[in-house]
Amino acid sequence: MGSKVQENEINWQRVKIVAKTDLKQLAQAKDFWMPMTILGSLFFIVIPTILLLLIVAIGNVDVVNKISDTLEVLPESATSQFRGTSPEGKTGYALSVFLLAPVAVIVPLTISTAVGATTIVGEREKGTGEFLAHSPASAREIYLGKLFASLVPGYLTVIVGFGIYSLIVNLLVGPSVGGWFFPTAQWWLMILWVLPPFLAICLSLVLRLSAVVSSTAAAQQASGLVSLPLIGIAYSQATGILFGAGYLPVYLGGIAWVIAIFSLRKGMKSVTRSRLLTIASGV
Amino acid sequence: MVIELKGVHKSFNEVSALSNVELSVPEGSITVLLGPNGAGKTTAIRVITGALNIDKGNVKVFGENPTSAAGESIRSNCGVVSAKPSLYDRLNGRDNLLYAAELYGLPKGLATTNRVNDAANQFGILESLEHQVGGYSTGMKTRLALARAILHKPDLLLLDEPTSGLDPVSAASVLEMIGEMTSNGQTVLMCTHLLLEAEGLADRIVVMEHGETIIQGDPKVLSTSFWPNPRVEITAQLGEDLDCLADYTGVVSYIRNDRTAKLELVNSSVISDIILELSKHNVRLDSVKPIEASLEELYFAIQDERKNLSKVSDPNDSSDDLNELVGI
Repeated sequence: MGSKVQENEINWQRVKIVAKTDLKQLAQAKDFWMPMTILGSLFFIVIPTILLLLIVAIGNVDVVNKISDTLEVLPESATSQFRGTSPEGKTGYALSVFLLAPVAVIVPLTISTAVGATTIVGEREKGTGEFLAHSPASAREIYLGKLFASLVPGYLTVIVGFGIYSLIVNLLVGPSVGGWFFPTAQWWLMILWVLPPFLAICLSLVLRLSAVVSSTAAAQQASGLVSLPLIGIAYSQATGILFGAGYLPVYLGGIAWVIAIFSLRKGMKSVTRSRLLTIASGV
Repeated sequence: MVIELKGVHKSFNEVSALSNVELSVPEGSITVLLGPNGAGKTTAIRVITGALNIDKGNVKVFGENPTSAAGESIRSNCGVVSAKPSLYDRLNGRDNLLYAAELYGLPKGLATTNRVNDAANQFGILESLEHQVGGYSTGMKTRLALARAILHKPDLLLLDEPTSGLDPVSAASVLEMIGEMTSNGQTVLMCTHLLLEAEGLADRIVVMEHGETIIQGDPKVLSTSFWPNPRVEITAQLGEDLDCLADYTGVVSYIRNDRTAKLELVNSSVISDIILELSKHNVRLDSVKPIEASLEELYFAIQDERKNLSKVSDPNDSSDDLNELVGI
């Protein structure tokens, strides 16, 4: 008997069930989502509200001057896009688009990688992987279910987080820059085209790690490394590199999608039935 | 045969978990895999469902290779209870069962809800279904795992130490339920290192040690192979009165301990002769009972025989010699 495992076609119903059950468990895990909600609230609501209130509503001259000086370092291609005539308006706009929003990108990344890192090794540690390994679900179906279960909380955070963030910045800065402005066209592109494949690339790597490492702690440590590409994207956005480069985000997103598909296909092979088993528990 | 393993080898790095394993499980039987911890019982179950690939040999379940494309249908037709119940602690009992129901392809709706309730009821866990599994006792978890295993009405049940961690009352009740399963035509393969569990339950035993199958067969047939002559236990009011049987014609062996003597006879017709003989000597008897070898006796007899054989031959061949000895 060879060691090659033959698999049937993907049963999407099973993928959905695996993802749904993982999400249901996540919903029960207050110890997981409470800190994540606090993290999201800080980056999407609390910090933007305080900073923008200081600048726009209260008109704190010191703060405005300091931030204006800082914004001088942005490339001309970015600064040329600033809206508003008053220093408060320009500073508020720049902060909303180039500083606060890119930093907030890290939140969904953190959530998705935290979920993904524990998803397979967690099954093995808790012994529940044994149930999946003996079930009719194929390794690919289990992998895809786990992938979606990790993607959904992250991307849901993007949608809900940026929804609330848009409301806040438009309400606070909008009147100073001539109306609602966020998400800008570049940010729509970022949220819908660039961010998803990068999130998928990170998750494919995180899931592969989760399948091979021996403990949840090790998976979480290692997953920190693979989140670097998304942090790079956030940095590029914050420094205006992506903004000022014409079609670069479009091309970058396209390339990222190709890499993501390749990486996901490769990652699918990393999850095998034997990797779901608690081998150490007995022969 | 529902399960057939031929010359199966499986190693983890340099450690051999299964070595030339031969195993066959007939349809509708309860086969018990006996062996100490580390004998390879769990690995055998994992190989049977295709959860583990083997290094060498041949595995057939329902006539198909479980790591081929047929694996999906094989696993759909198996119910597995692992050594640890492998339940999702954050979910409640019902959600655990529904997850299995959906994964095994049961349609959503009233029929599945009823099936979940029936399975839970069968193992006395229905009232706790809405509670989070993390708060269940070990016994409740085992019952839930058993309910989950039978939910999709599989033809083959693979139970890995299903009573581990249970109190004696719960263990007895679980074993009784397992015994009832074959009456519905299901085939059961159960692993245990507790000989008492297998007693009276097993239609067939498979003894494993160090990843090898040492011997397998019907426990009664195996007993006959080890003790071909009928045996009887006689208790008298004065033990010494029984000693006259030591040299009696038809008595192969005689061992007395206090008031009870154990005799091995050439055939069962000798029993009536010795009772007549004892009555002639006015021996007052308390009881005369046939001795049926317990599984424990059989197990240790197999172990002893194996040790003796390994002293005179290559230790790796001792299981073959043992099978030859008992005519299998």
